[in-house]
Amino acid sequence: MSSILVFVESADGRIKKSSLEAIAFAHAMGGEVTAIAFGNEVSQDELSGLGNFGATKVLHINDEKLNQGVIQAYASGIAQAMEKIGADVLVLANSSLGNPVSARVAIKMDASLVSNVTELPSTDGGFSVKRSIYTGKAFANVELTKAKKILAIRKNAAEVKELGGSANVEVFSANFNDADFSAKITSTEKATGDILLPEAEIVVSGGRGLKGSENWGMIEELAKELGAATGCSKPVSDMGWRPHHEHVGQTGVKVSPQLYIAIGISGAIQHLAGVNSSKNIVVINKDPEAPFFKAADYGIVGDAFEVIPKLTEAIKAAK
Amino acid sequence: MKILVCITHVPDTTSRISFTDNDQKFDANGVQFIIGPYDDYALARAVELKEQAGGNITVLNVGGVETEPTIRKALAIGADEAIRVNAEPTDSLFVANEIAKVAKDGNYDLILMGRESIDFNGGMVHGMVGEILGIPSLSPVMTLEIEGDTAKIAREIEGGKEFIEVKMPFVAGCQEPIAEWKIPNMRGIMSARTKPLNVVEPSVNQSGTALQKFVMPPAKGAIKMVDADNVAELVTLLKNEAKVL
Ligand SMILES: Cc1cc2nc3c(=O)[nH]c(=O)nc-3n(C[C@H](O)[C@H](O)[C@H](O)COP(=O)(O)OP(=O)(O)OC[C@H]3O[C@@H](n4cnc5c(N)ncnc54)[C@H](O)[C@@H]3O)c2cc1C
Ligand SMILES: Nc1ncnc2c1ncn2[C@@H]1O[C@H](COP(=O)(O)O)[C@@H](O)[C@H]1O
Repeated sequence: MSSILVFVESADGRIKKSSLEAIAFAHAMGGEVTAIAFGNEVSQDELSGLGNFGATKVLHINDEKLNQGVIQAYASGIAQAMEKIGADVLVLANSSLGNPVSARVAIKMDASLVSNVTELPSTDGGFSVKRSIYTGKAFANVELTKAKKILAIRKNAAEVKELGGSANVEVFSANFNDADFSAKITSTEKATGDILLPEAEIVVSGGRGLKGSENWGMIEELAKELGAATGCSKPVSDMGWRPHHEHVGQTGVKVSPQLYIAIGISGAIQHLAGVNSSKNIVVINKDPEAPFFKAADYGIVGDAFEVIPKLTEAIKAAK
Repeated sequence: MKILVCITHVPDTTSRISFTDNDQKFDANGVQFIIGPYDDYALARAVELKEQAGGNITVLNVGGVETEPTIRKALAIGADEAIRVNAEPTDSLFVANEIAKVAKDGNYDLILMGRESIDFNGGMVHGMVGEILGIPSLSPVMTLEIEGDTAKIAREIEGGKEFIEVKMPFVAGCQEPIAEWKIPNMRGIMSARTKPLNVVEPSVNQSGTALQKFVMPPAKGAIKMVDADNVAELVTLLKNEAKVL
């Protein structure tokens, strides 16, 4: 039986949903699951609560200096934790912190590393996983050939289930050196309160068809009614109608929500690359020939300015 | 300032992807190859930094001879010289080891890459190179300013940004809006022909993964159209059929 370490991230004192998916993934692999958490902003209850999702133990490096995502220090802490518990697998969510951290851990631990993992590993005839490649246009089955293995998983690679139970939380004091803190985080700027695009179950996205930033009120209202995050196409963020971090596609955020609603977006292949792993796609466009319809599950041909308010009303009415 | 820019040679973003040889090989037939879009940002920023403060830019690709037109394009955009490590890259670890070797020998102040390649999408090579060299690695980087021996960086995090100060040398994986993509001009294209492109053999030759096969995504089912005058029907479908509301 293998020993699996799961790196969990937190935001505003809560463990991120993507990290709960990582724990669920590790649990589904079978084996002893230990989580590792950093910083002193997460409560003991939140940490022991990870038992509910499949972790038996939590190693907590509760150092205030690690409240921010210090890439090198996190990598050092994780490598030391892997040594300590004799972990042969590390599982974590693909994220802006998870990716750079896991790359460094792979070198420290001489481990095989695969990111964008979409399914549980198969272990008959070696240890292999399915991963997304060509920006979601294809997949590859790859074997991890080294003794130690690291899997950075995509959203929806595992289903979060509540199992009951609580985990043992243990303070873990890792050794850090000055080099671990050589890149200094001087400040952060965060949109709070909003639903984060990469984690959202529903995304409402607008394109150039919406004509200008002043028309985003409609999109926001619809998103609010659905509990959705808002996204946009690249030209929309290039023109400054929306912030850069909302830009979805090949060169932006890749999303895989249950529902993606695209309004006034033509469906250029670079945009589709960021949304093609969504479970359901709804397209609203006034041009019946818009390429996006070919990639959609549901479509409405119509003027966004008429359809969006009606849709918002219909959702309200159906509640 | 000596800058190393690592570029990939990847299918144009509009390419349809398919495989041959029993799903063992990418089908390059009819595919147009480009500098990876994120690598293109890294290169553009390198050219700007050189314009501001002077210096020298080396572009590096780990790949076969077929990548040379792409490397020449990077020279036309403004790199001064190029290195091609003559190997078919097998995975991010393979590429990272070869890049780290070149970087060590060349003593660069700054190593710029894209946030991810658009074929493999690993998002891993920069972090691995940073760790092998024992220097910081930061990605995805949205802005990069150099003052003396220190860089000020904005790194994208979920729903926001992190501002970082770091001393050179370090590795950065770049993305927009770090710079605007540059299009080579006539003079650039002419001079690129005579700029040095050195081919070196791989020296580490190590990978951590092995491809079993490529898999295409399942075909999309037929679309259901809903009349614009009957939007409530869409809500019903999303509720009862797709079960997402
Ligand atoms: C290397 C590269 C990378 C790229 N990466 C990305 C990326 O990551 N993400 C991305 O999005 N793009 C990307 N692009 C750009 C992409 O090619 C398209 O240009 C872009 O997606 C188009 O955005 P759009 O659909 O909003 O605008 P348009 O193509 O202008 O489409 C607007 C759509 O709105 C419809 N419309 C107009 N008025 C209305 C109305 N009143 N009601 C309803 N519909 C209306 C029109 O019929 C049209 O289909 C990239 C391009 C390149 C070259
Ligand atoms: N074969 C290669 N040759 C040179 N640089 C590469 C190669 N593969 C990846 N890189 C660099 O590493 C970055 C991240 O790649 P990846 O980890 O594959 O997503 C890319 O944007 C490039 O800058």
